[in-house]
Amino acid sequence: MTRADLLSVADLGREGIVQVLHLADSFAEVSERPMPKVPALRGRTVATVFFEASTRTRLSFEAAAKRLSADTMTFTPATSSLTKGESMRDTVETLDAMGVDAMVVRHASAGAPEQISRWVRAGVVNAGDGQHEHPTQALLDCFTLREALAAREGRAPADDLSGARIAIVGDVRHSRVARSGVLAFRALGAELVLVGPPTLLPPDTASWGVGIAHDLDEVLADVDVVYVLRLQVERIRECLLPSLHEYSARFGLTRDRAARLRPDVLVMHPGPMVRGLEIDAEVASSPRSLVTRQVHNGVAVRMAVLFRLLAREVAS
Amino acid sequence: MAERERRSARPDGRVLVPRSVLMGPADVRRALVRIAHEVLERNHGAEDLVVVGLQSGGVPLAERLVALLEEIDGTAVPLGRLDVAFYRDDIALRPVRPGEVTAIPVDLTGRVVVLVDDVLFTGRTVRAALDALADHGRARAVQLAVMVDRGHRELPIRPDFVGKNLPTRRDETVDVSIDGVTIGDLAAAAPGSPPDAAPGSPPDAAPGPPPDAAPGSPPDAAPGSPPDAAPGSPPDAAPAGDPR
Repeated sequence: MTRADLLSVADLGREGIVQVLHLADSFAEVSERPMPKVPALRGRTVATVFFEASTRTRLSFEAAAKRLSADTMTFTPATSSLTKGESMRDTVETLDAMGVDAMVVRHASAGAPEQISRWVRAGVVNAGDGQHEHPTQALLDCFTLREALAAREGRAPADDLSGARIAIVGDVRHSRVARSGVLAFRALGAELVLVGPPTLLPPDTASWGVGIAHDLDEVLADVDVVYVLRLQVERIRECLLPSLHEYSARFGLTRDRAARLRPDVLVMHPGPMVRGLEIDAEVASSPRSLVTRQVHNGVAVRMAVLFRLLAREVAS
Repeated sequence: MAERERRSARPDGRVLVPRSVLMGPADVRRALVRIAHEVLERNHGAEDLVVVGLQSGGVPLAERLVALLEEIDGTAVPLGRLDVAFYRDDIALRPVRPGEVTAIPVDLTGRVVVLVDDVLFTGRTVRAALDALADHGRARAVQLAVMVDRGHRELPIRPDFVGKNLPTRRDETVDVSIDGVTIGDLAAAAPGSPPDAAPGSPPDAAPGPPPDAAPGSPPDAAPGSPPDAAPGSPPDAAPAGDPR
């Protein structure tokens, strides 16, 4: 049996993305119930193995696993034998030997989850690896946008995002969210434009199938969605920006810019937000903002991903 | 005509090769009318009833049953839809069809739930459904209505209302819809080429009925004239007033 590891959005393709969205529809219904729990993954164990800090992603995966009745284990590097010099390989092989069925892995290095998937028997979900990918974020973004567009147009959610024009704004270069997001949004037919200073855009976007722009105000006149990225100050080691103030003035979604947007334009952000830098505090909490919806939907989407990974036919 | 989409879209890529049509649309309608009367008789009316169709085969039958209950009794009965995929003991990742979600419009606490499915076979789907229902409130009672009871139970589950008792072989497939009941065998997808079918299913799918087919019901029923379903209604259907 081949495992349905989720290491990159590219593993899913359009068909896989749509399958996850449909499963997530069912799990969203489960989450609305007075008893928001189903026994689907009873007896299976999901470990969150985060070598890098996280709040929402780890908690979201743990909530998802618990709502599927899976058992959960949390690995925290600071209190582990990593501090005694144990290697990453020995660490994950130890977890594997305990009979963990799935590992949800975050690591500061691109490719770490894929490397781990070659070492362990357990299924592996990439919960963010360096500047590479963050597939479940992209899936929950697709789910949230699909839901919001349907609500805006008063129809049932469609699996096709054709016609939606999305601007991904800011620090694309360091963003795994943007890399996964571009793959997923494009697979569903959306049109994308990346906006940022040249120093914060990746050099290799020719094959991405996206537009590139450096003037935010020009772009905002003609988009349906503004997807604001966090400025990843902790990853910016060279001198890529004159100053944070100038970045905010040119590429931040300020109150003035938001006021000029069409009323039906939606605003998204993967979190954590730095309010006042890449996005104005009030804009982030305005009705056009989908930020809390993204977090909310994250649980149902991660339930879908874990279910897809672990649900197997026992017998018929 | 019997190769309906639901069956031809089976995950293993096989299709149903129909052998005989056992009930036509009129027979299914008559059976539903009788079941509606039996439900009302058993429950002394439609008050507190909730009809819940099991995804996906039970839902169209449940819709019809609700319409009939309203027609006969004049009471609007809430209709729910239940997908038990996450409650099964053989959690299979079956292709998820859009729209196949659970929707229970009312709290089931204190209500009488009439669970509707197309075919009762091993009983495992019903077991999963009972678990799923419990998450929507504590029903006062749950009753089970099925269009076809084909036997081979693996759990202590029995129906309260039955459209037709249909003895079958384990490897046969029964297809039920509001348009009728068909019995047949599964074969590889390529139409018109029954040989070398999937392992497990006999190669002689299409032609004459196998010798051990269905002792109780005439195996040679012509597609146009199905055997009469209604009059002799099944022996174990609804002993009136018997709880549980």
